[in-house]
Amino acid sequence: MERKEVATLPSFSHFIQTLIETKSVFLKAMLLTIELTVVSILIGIVIGLFFALLKISKIKVLEFISDAYVYLVRGTPLIVQIFILYFGISGIFLLPDFWAASLALALHNGAYISEILRGSIQAVDKGQMEAGRSLGMTKVLTLRRIILPQAFRRALPPLGNQFIIGLKDSSLAAFISMNELFNVATTLGSNNFDEMTYLLIVAIYYLVLVALLTFVVNRFESKLAVSDR
Amino acid sequence: MDTKEMIKINQLNKSFGDLHVLKGIDMTVYESDVVCLIGASGSGKSTLLRCLNFLEKKDNGDIIIKGKEVDPSTDNLNKIREKVGMVFQHFNLFPHKTVLENIIEAPIMVKGVAKEEAISKAKQLLSKVGLEDKLDVYPNKLSGGQKQRVAIARALAMEPEIMLFDEPTSALDPELVGEVLTTMKELADEGMTMVIVTHEMDFAKEVADWIVYMHDGKIVERGNPEQFFSNPKEERTQEFLKTTILK
Ligand SMILES: Nc1ncnc2c1ncn2[C@@H]1O[C@H](COP(=O)(O)OP(=O)(O)OP(=O)(O)O)[C@@H](O)[C@H]1O
Ligand SMILES: [Mg+2]
Repeated sequence: MERKEVATLPSFSHFIQTLIETKSVFLKAMLLTIELTVVSILIGIVIGLFFALLKISKIKVLEFISDAYVYLVRGTPLIVQIFILYFGISGIFLLPDFWAASLALALHNGAYISEILRGSIQAVDKGQMEAGRSLGMTKVLTLRRIILPQAFRRALPPLGNQFIIGLKDSSLAAFISMNELFNVATTLGSNNFDEMTYLLIVAIYYLVLVALLTFVVNRFESKLAVSDR
Repeated sequence: MDTKEMIKINQLNKSFGDLHVLKGIDMTVYESDVVCLIGASGSGKSTLLRCLNFLEKKDNGDIIIKGKEVDPSTDNLNKIREKVGMVFQHFNLFPHKTVLENIIEAPIMVKGVAKEEAISKAKQLLSKVGLEDKLDVYPNKLSGGQKQRVAIARALAMEPEIMLFDEPTSALDPELVGEVLTTMKELADEGMTMVIVTHEMDFAKEVADWIVYMHDGKIVERGNPEQFFSNPKEERTQEFLKTTILK
C-alpha cells in the first residue's frame, strides 16, 4: 500500500519569508474571496428573506416551497450544489464562472439565512403587527417598517456567524477553478512541493479576514443596540 | 339629545375553534360616549374590542361604524382603522423608533401627511400628554405610564373619531396608573368617543357615561354608573361587584 507522505512543518523563517514573497498573489486571491463572500451573502440575504416570507405567509403551497428549498440545501453537501450549479446552470445560461460560484454559494447561504430570518421575524412581539394594523397600516407596510427592522436587528448575531461560515465555504469555489485563497494556496503549494507552508499561510489570511469581519459585525451590533429594550 | 351612532353592533358572534367567546352581542355607542366594559377574565371583553377594530374577524352579526355597515370582505379595513384608534395593555410602542418617530409613522406612511406637519402635530400631542421633553427618547427609556401616554398620543395622531382602550393601566405600577387615567379623562372631557375595558372601578364610576358588564360572552347588564354601581339589577352583576373592591 502506498504510504501517505508526511509533510513536515516549515521553519519559522521560511514561513515568514514565503508569506512576504507571496503577498501580492495572496492579496489578489483574498480580494476574490471577499468578492465571492460579500456577493453571495448579499444575494443570500435577498433569497433568504424571500423564502422566510414564504414560510410565514400562512399559505400552504408557499410554506411547502420554502420547506423544500431549505431541505434540499441542508440535505446535500455544498460541493455537490456547487458542481450541479456550475455544470448545470452555467452550461445552460452561459453564466460567467464568478457568477456561477456566487449564485451557488448564495443559494446555499440563502437557506440558512431564511431560517435565521424566519426565526427572528417570528420572535418579534405579535403586538407590533397589531399596533401597526390598528393605526391603519397595511400588513405589508407594517412588515416593512415595523417588523423587519426589528427582526434584522435580532438576526444580526446569527447573520454575522453565517457571514463567517460563508467566507470559509467560499473556499469550495476553488473546485470550479476560481482563483480564490484556497485555490492559490494549493496550486502554489503543489508547484513548489511545499504544501504545508502554503496551507499555513492561507490559514493566516482566513483568520485575519474572520477577525476583521467579527469586528465589523460587533461594531454594527453595538451601534444598533442603542434602542434595544 | 339627538346624537350620532358611532358604533352599533347587532348579534355579534365570535368563536375560537370550539370556544364560543362572543354570544350575540348587541351594543350601541353614541358620539362622545364613554363606555366602560367590565367583567371577569375570559368573559370576552378584549375579543369584543378587537372585533370593533377588525383585528379579530367576527363570525357573524353586524358591525356598523358611523352608520355604515362594515363588510370585512369588501371594505377597506385599513381606512376604518384610521378612524378607530386603539390603545393596548402592553403599549406596543415601536422599540426601534423614538417617541417622535412612533407618533409620526402612521400619519406620514398611511395618510401621506407632510413630515413637518406630522412633527408639529406630534409635538402638540406630546405636550398634551405631558411628554414634550421625551421627543427623541427611545421607548425603553420611558416608564410604563409614559409609554402608555405616548401610545395614546400615537393613536390620536391619526385623528381617530373613536378610541378603544384594552386595560390601558393593567400593566402599570400602581403609582403610574393615575397619570394615564388623567390623560384619558381629559380626552373624554374633550368629547372623544371611547370604549374602555378596565378594572379601575373608580375611574369607570367617574368618567363613564355607560357601564357595560359582560359575563361569559354576553352582555348581562348596562346602565349609567350611578344606577349600575349602587343599584345593579342582575344577580350576576351584584355578585361581580361584591368581588370587586370599591374604594
Ligand atoms: N386568539 C385566540 N385564540 C383562542 N382563544 C382565544 C383567543 N383570544 C381569546 N381567546 C379566548 O377567548 C376567551 C375570551 O378572551 P378575552 O381575551 O376576550 O377575555 P377578556 O374578557 O378580555 O379577559 P381578560 O380580562 O383576562 O383580558 C378566553 O377564554 C380566551 O382564552
Ligand atoms: Mg382582555
